[in-house]
Order: sequence, then structure tokens, then C-alpha cells
Amino acid sequence: MDKTVNQKAWFLVLPVFLVVAFSAVLPLMTVVNYSMQDTFGNNQFFWNGVGWFKELLDPSTDLGGRFLASLGRNLFFSLVILAIEVPLGIVIALSMPRQGWTVAACLVTLALPLLIPWNVVGTIWQIFGRPDIGLLGYVLNHIGLDYNYVSNDIDAWVTVIVMDVWHWTSLVALLCYAGLKSIPEAYYQAAQIDGASRWAVFKAIQLPKMNRVLLIAVLLRFMDSFMIYTEPFVVTGGGPGNSTTFVSIELVKIALGQFDLGKAAALSLVYNLIILIVCWIFYTVMTNAGVERKVQAEKEPAAEPKPSAALKPAPVLKPKEGVV
Amino acid sequence: MARIDLVDLAHSYGGNDAPQETFALKPVTMTWRQGGAYALLGPSGCGKTTLLNVISGIITPSRGKILFDGEDITPLSTQKRNIAQVFQFPVIYDTMTVGQNLAFPLKNRGVPKAEIDKRVAEIGRLLDLEPYLNRKATRLTADAKQKISLGRGLVRSDVAAVLFDEPLTVIDPELKWQLRSKLKALHRELDLTMIYVTHDQTEALTFADTVVVMHDGRVVQSGTPAELFDKPAHTFVGYFIGSPGMNILPAEVKGREAKVGDHVIALNRSYDDLPAGAKIEIGVRPEFVDAVAPGPGLLSAKIERIDDLGRIRFARVRMGETKIAARAPAAFAGSDGNAGLKFDPAHIHVYADSLLVEGAA
Repeated sequence: MDKTVNQKAWFLVLPVFLVVAFSAVLPLMTVVNYSMQDTFGNNQFFWNGVGWFKELLDPSTDLGGRFLASLGRNLFFSLVILAIEVPLGIVIALSMPRQGWTVAACLVTLALPLLIPWNVVGTIWQIFGRPDIGLLGYVLNHIGLDYNYVSNDIDAWVTVIVMDVWHWTSLVALLCYAGLKSIPEAYYQAAQIDGASRWAVFKAIQLPKMNRVLLIAVLLRFMDSFMIYTEPFVVTGGGPGNSTTFVSIELVKIALGQFDLGKAAALSLVYNLIILIVCWIFYTVMTNAGVERKVQAEKEPAAEPKPSAALKPAPVLKPKEGVV
Repeated sequence: MARIDLVDLAHSYGGNDAPQETFALKPVTMTWRQGGAYALLGPSGCGKTTLLNVISGIITPSRGKILFDGEDITPLSTQKRNIAQVFQFPVIYDTMTVGQNLAFPLKNRGVPKAEIDKRVAEIGRLLDLEPYLNRKATRLTADAKQKISLGRGLVRSDVAAVLFDEPLTVIDPELKWQLRSKLKALHRELDLTMIYVTHDQTEALTFADTVVVMHDGRVVQSGTPAELFDKPAHTFVGYFIGSPGMNILPAEVKGREAKVGDHVIALNRSYDDLPAGAKIEIGVRPEFVDAVAPGPGLLSAKIERIDDLGRIRFARVRMGETKIAARAPAAFAGSDGNAGLKFDPAHIHVYADSLLVEGAA
């Protein structure tokens, strides 16, 4: 039995190929090109090979030092907000009502922060936390707490973290709620009959049944927090000093502040690579975690748009630039 | 391990004030003995699952009481009722092994570990789950999963009753048979009160020593399979149990004679004071009606078709508007599409307004 060979079918793929080439591959190749060169004014380029990459991974150089420090800060930030938002989201989802008009009220309230544009969130908290006119800052200082996110590292971190929790916990909660709603009533009845305590029900039924949505939630929150730019930029501008300078902020400083296109391009490629690897790990874990999950994983291109979004930091700084 | 008494038990999803006709479960009073195997049988929506859920405590009844060994447990929660229930679809705790699944109800009740291990091993052996005890439960087949659900119900030696809510729905027909025999064997071995809800009469009749037939929220008859077959207390029971169901013919009954159309059928017992104005019918199972060649003194009917069930053949005949099924001898084909019907007087029952009337000898 021979397969029909029809090479004309390639024409059907051509439009997609072209679109992807112009939207993703070519810009990315430009970045690759830059990353191998050193740039000077007047459009002069000099070949630098893998020099920038070597420097990037060497903490003793200026570029490497800044990159690794911001990477460390970024990972710590992601870790902290995951550690807060995931458990908090679960608790919120568990305590939400299951029926009645209160469900709609809860859902709308929870969705509100998700609908606010990033830079507006930043501005809200920037003003909210100001010691002179912000409600939060003023009240804290009034009751004797010396709170000032502009001058104190810890205050700046707390502000950025609380802001992120405020902005994104809803997402985790909504995902968990959807997971909880999909558990058939019989499970709860069986658990009741088996004499399970509230905690046992959570451990034996709710948590295992939620683990799929939790994986998605962790993936989304990790990616977003790892790529965070706008909110901390608006609130702290990366300061005080460099204390809240995350990788994307550092990248913008190098690319647009110093106009070191070579260094910035090398940095964005490494940055991109890290995000791709983490995505891939999550995706593999999700698809391999149990036969049943396999079916589900195919329905999850939610994990897919992220890598392409991850391509953004390098050449397409424009949307974020508008904030500056 | 308990005798179960239902005292004037009723439930309405619309609340106690709803008209009684709309009750999902109409008032029922009944006693189930310790160690019995009971089946609640009826079509979908007849209230059998409601009754089961009322007993297990998932639903609080609108009125009436449930007693376990004489003690009123109506206000108690499911956990405190000491009852086990197996659901229609297997409920498996995903993260646990088969053994941990079986141990779950015991662990929750703080049973000592040695005791748990002993019980789990025993139930594992009874249900042929031994090879899987240390494996994750999620990857097993539907019937193995249902066995685990079953095992969780049986693992507590002190349960008052084990309730089954159509537990074999998701099981393949062949395995259904095996599991049902298994259940029966377990019932003998463990001396537990078992209550089994189903709409499948074969399941009910093979599993239970007492079958409770429900219809439209009411218990219409409770008895052994033989009683249900020989002496249905309600035309619904006659029709629902047996395949094909009982023939129900409108008739005029007087003394020892029933008049169907113009034809007179002799009865074994005498029915003199039938309630006036009631709808009178006679019921006779197809097994006790013989289709023969038409002849004088026989009720004659038109043959519609003959069903060959292998071991037995039933002629489907029609008499005016009434359809009748009758036993047909091997070579019987009727003449000109007509057949005569011969009734066995010993097995004709008389019903007034669908309820069985006991005649005088």
C-alpha cells in the first residue's frame, strides 16, 4: 500500500510558514545577529562572537554581575509569590460558595483585579503606598510604622509582592474553583460515609482533583512573575538602588538606557531560553503525570502562547516602552 | 449489624408542605432484619435512590423516623450513622494505593494499625484484589475500581448496613454476573445487612432474599422473588417483574367467574364483595396461559407474532385493544392467524384499582 505523494500540500502550510517567519523567526534572528556583535554609534558593528554570552555567565564582569543578580532577585520573587498565591488561591476557592447569587458576586469581585491593565495596577499601588498622600503609606506611617518604599529595600519588596498577590491571586483562585466545581458530588458523599474529616477530604479528594489546574496556575504565575516588568517599574523603578531590578528591567536599562544592543540581545536570548526550558519542563510534567491527564494536556495550549510571549522581551519592547 | 425500621418515612424535595402526590417518597413503614439481603427495585424516578439516601443520611427525610436496632438515628449525620454506601460510579481516592483506599474508612475512625492491616488483607482476599493492594488505584479497570468502592463499604466489620446504589451500572455484562455472585458470597460470609438499589429485575431477584418493589414513590410490594412472581400485590409488580410481564385484562368478576368481553373464564376462588365502582382487572402470567388452536370454549385472539426465546416461545396475541402474551408449544403456529387461549385458573389473580384482591376459597 503506497501513500499518495502530493508535494503540492506544502502550499497549504506556506501561509502559516510565512506569517511565523515574519512575526517570530526573522525578528528573533535579528536578535541573534545583534548578540554576536558590538555596536557603536553611527551604525558601526563589530563581530564579537560568543563574547557577550561568556560575559553574561561570568559574575565578575559588569554584565554578568548585573544579569545574575537580577536573575536571582527574579527567581526569589517568583518563589515568594508562588508560595503566597497558590495556597491563598486554594483557600479562597475552598471558601467560595457553590450556589446562589453569591457565586456570581464572588466571581465578579475576584475577576476585577485581573481586568486592570498592568501599568494602572502599578500606578494604583504607587499612589496607595506613598507616605505623603497614599492611604496605605500615610496610615502605616501614622500608626508608627516607618514605611517608605522609595528608600527602604524591604518596604519596596513588600510593596511589590503585596501588589502582585493583590493582582494575581484571583487567577489561581478562579482556576482552583473551576477544578473544585468539576468534582462529582458522589466523591463528597463517599468521603462522608467513609468518615473523612474536612482535612482528609481536602487531601484525598480536592487536592488530587485540583492538581491539574494547580499545575496550570503555577505555570502561568511562574511565567508571568518571571517576566514581570511594568508594575515594579511603575512603583519602584527597580529601586531603591537595584533592589527590585528584575531581569526585564535590567534588560531595558541595557538595551534602551545604554543602547548596548549586543549585550541586550545576548541577555534576551538567555532569558528567553530559561523561560522556554521551564515551560518545557512543566509541559512534560503535565503530559506525563498519569494517563488520564494526557487527554487533558492536549486541551492545554494555554501553556503554548507563553513561549511566544516570552519572545517579546527582546525585540518587541514597544508595548512596555509606552509605559516609560 | 442492625435491624432497620422505617417508621412512616417520607420525603419531598419540595418541602413537607408540598401536596403528598408530589412526594418523591411517600410514607412507608417497614422493617428490615439484621443480616438480610434486600433489593429496592423500580424504574427510574420511582424514589428508590431517595429512600437509599435517606437511610444513609445524605438526605434528611421530610417526615418519619429511621431506627437502627430500635434507636432513632434520623437526626444523625452520615458519619455517625455507621453505614457504608457504594455508588453508581466508582469513587476512588486517586493518590492512594488500593490498600490505602480500603484502609481509608478505618483510618478515619482511628482504628489501630494492626487491625486495619488485618481487615484490608481480608477484604483484599475476598474481592480478589490482593495482587493490586500496593498499586495506585487510578490505573485499574472500571470493575476493579468498583470492587475497591465495594471493599471500602465492606471493610468496616461493625457497619449497620451496606447500601448499594446501582453499583453495577458501569460494569460489562459478563463481569456484572461475576461481581453479583461475589456480592452474594460476601453477604453469606460477612453477615451484613445489605440494601441494593437497582432497576434491573435480574439483579434484584438474584441478589436479594427480599425484594422491595417501588412505583411512583410508593412501596407496592415487599417479598421473596417467588412471592413477587406468583402473587403480585399490585398490577405494576406483575407487569414489572417477569419477562414478558403479567397479562392484565379488564374484566367483570362475579363469584367464581370472570367475564372478559363475552368470554367467561373460571376462577379458583370466589370474589363476591368487590368494591363497587372500582376498576376490576384480572392478571395472569404468560407462563400460565397456553396458546392453542382455536376451539369452542376458548378465548380467541389474533396472533401478532411469536417470540422464540430459545427455551420457551411466547405468542403475542391481540384481543380487541388488549395485548396478551401466552406460552406457545414448539410447533404451534395458529390457524389463519388466530389462536385460542387456555388459562390456568389457579394462577389468575383479581385486581381492584390495581390492588390484589384475595378471594374466598
